[in-house]
Amino acid sequence: MSFLQIENLSVRLKDGAPLLRNVSLAVAAGEVRGLVGESGAGKSMIGKAILGILPRAAQVTGGRILLDGTDLQALPPAERRRRIGASCALIPQDPLTALNPSRRVGPQITDRLVDILGWARPRAEARAAELLSEVQIADPGRVLRSYPHELSGGMRQRILIASAFAAEPKLIVADEPTTALDVTVQKQILRLIHDMQARHGTALLFVTHDLGVVSKICQRLSVLYAGMVVEDSPVRDFFAAPGHTYSAALLAATPKYTDPEASLTPVPEAVIAAVQAEVAEADRRAAHG
Amino acid sequence: MLDGRAMVRRRAGWRLWLSAGWLGVLVLAALLAPWIAPKDPLAQDLFLGRLPPFWVAGAEPGYYLGTDSLGRDVLSRILYGARLALIVAVVAGTVTCLLGATLGLMAGFLRGWADVVISRFIDIWMAFPPVLFSILLIAVIGPGLGSIILAIVVIDWTRFARVVRAEAMAQGAMDYVASARVAGRGRIGTMLREILPNVLPTVVVLLTLEMGIAVIVEAILSFVNLSISTDDPTWGGMIAEGRTSIHQAWWVLVFPLITLFLTVLAFSQLGEGLKDRYDPVLR
Repeated sequence: MSFLQIENLSVRLKDGAPLLRNVSLAVAAGEVRGLVGESGAGKSMIGKAILGILPRAAQVTGGRILLDGTDLQALPPAERRRRIGASCALIPQDPLTALNPSRRVGPQITDRLVDILGWARPRAEARAAELLSEVQIADPGRVLRSYPHELSGGMRQRILIASAFAAEPKLIVADEPTTALDVTVQKQILRLIHDMQARHGTALLFVTHDLGVVSKICQRLSVLYAGMVVEDSPVRDFFAAPGHTYSAALLAATPKYTDPEASLTPVPEAVIAAVQAEVAEADRRAAHG
Repeated sequence: MLDGRAMVRRRAGWRLWLSAGWLGVLVLAALLAPWIAPKDPLAQDLFLGRLPPFWVAGAEPGYYLGTDSLGRDVLSRILYGARLALIVAVVAGTVTCLLGATLGLMAGFLRGWADVVISRFIDIWMAFPPVLFSILLIAVIGPGLGSIILAIVVIDWTRFARVVRAEAMAQGAMDYVASARVAGRGRIGTMLREILPNVLPTVVVLLTLEMGIAVIVEAILSFVNLSISTDDPTWGGMIAEGRTSIHQAWWVLVFPLITLFLTVLAFSQLGEGLKDRYDPVLR
């Protein structure tokens, strides 16, 4: 049994527009799964549904999210929140808005340890300092007393990573954690997430639109189109021979750094038409039960 | 050379100290009025009516800012008037702030039915003409200190509610709120621990502005004779009396007016100065 098991998850806007269509995927303990797709394909929405932070306008309309075998939807809200808090964490996309600007960094890391795990504050503070050294922040004591605006973007992302690992969660959702960063910093942050994941043995759901990143750190990946999973394969198989024409086209569209002169290849219109037909067909089948 | 932040800070420093200084003087004046006022503010002496201020020919010693048409000392009345002005500013400002900001925070962060109810309430409330509304209110419940404060609270809470609601909505969309929720914080906890500290700088600025507005409203109500009583000196009342004798004794109107103006200005600058100095995002 995988730690996270999503079965036929559907998420819709309140007006009925579908955001996720019967999504199924699993993440085993310690596994890294990539979640790729175009903007608006629903990558982030899956992470938000798992963590219970869907936007107000969206709601789960079908399917189950099993965390360690427990159906989250079936739990009362307070219990669900406690369980998610105890075993999951988020590395958000934009480090500039992901730390509360009017609180010092230290308490923002220790909150979860104190509130959910019931640690004494000194122990939580010692742990926070230890984590900051682990993400290669020099002078953790000073950083813990700083306000977020006093720190650089890369530094803040390191803090968010440390904070995500603080309570030793079983699963971390990383929602495009390098997108908002400088290219030079991106690489360091990626390596850091990878190292931390391997050291702590945490399962990771890595949301990205960068197939290069997926090839470096993921074991399996899911390709999404219009809220539907069109491919679910081990990364090695995917890069050798993609299992779906859309994902093959997506892979072909990746810029080649070995051949910078080559022009960018868009996903062919015929492929998009085909995958759209597939989505429509799935909707029709779902409508007829 | 100063960088931009240091420049802002230096300017803020001036604003903060000047406005805090003036308000400090007023507080002292209000507290110590019985000891520092040169004359009894209520004592009338028709033989000493419309005495000019000390530097104008015809002034009497001891009446530094002149007297009104009933021979009451203008300076003493301004000093005593500061008492009512400050009580109204602080009490009405604070109560308005607490009520409006709480409702605004709930509407902006909890959204849903709380937002629907509170927002519609604000819309309807704001459609009433405020001055007429307050005059009507006091006419119904009778004049007095409590009535003035109630009138200000009842009229102005929407100012806080609207601004705080918008700010709370903007903050609610930030990633740090999502992170706090994932970390197991409930909705009320998130509202108080995460959102509130971030709307506080705005609330402080609004609060000081509101204190200035409360002073003006009190003056307006005194002007239309709906303040506490006609005997106790109020700045608005003095301005109203001074208006009738503006051609013979300008000082009866001008000195309370200047005091009022400086006080309202000081309140608004105090808010801006505090924000520049203590808002961690600007600092």
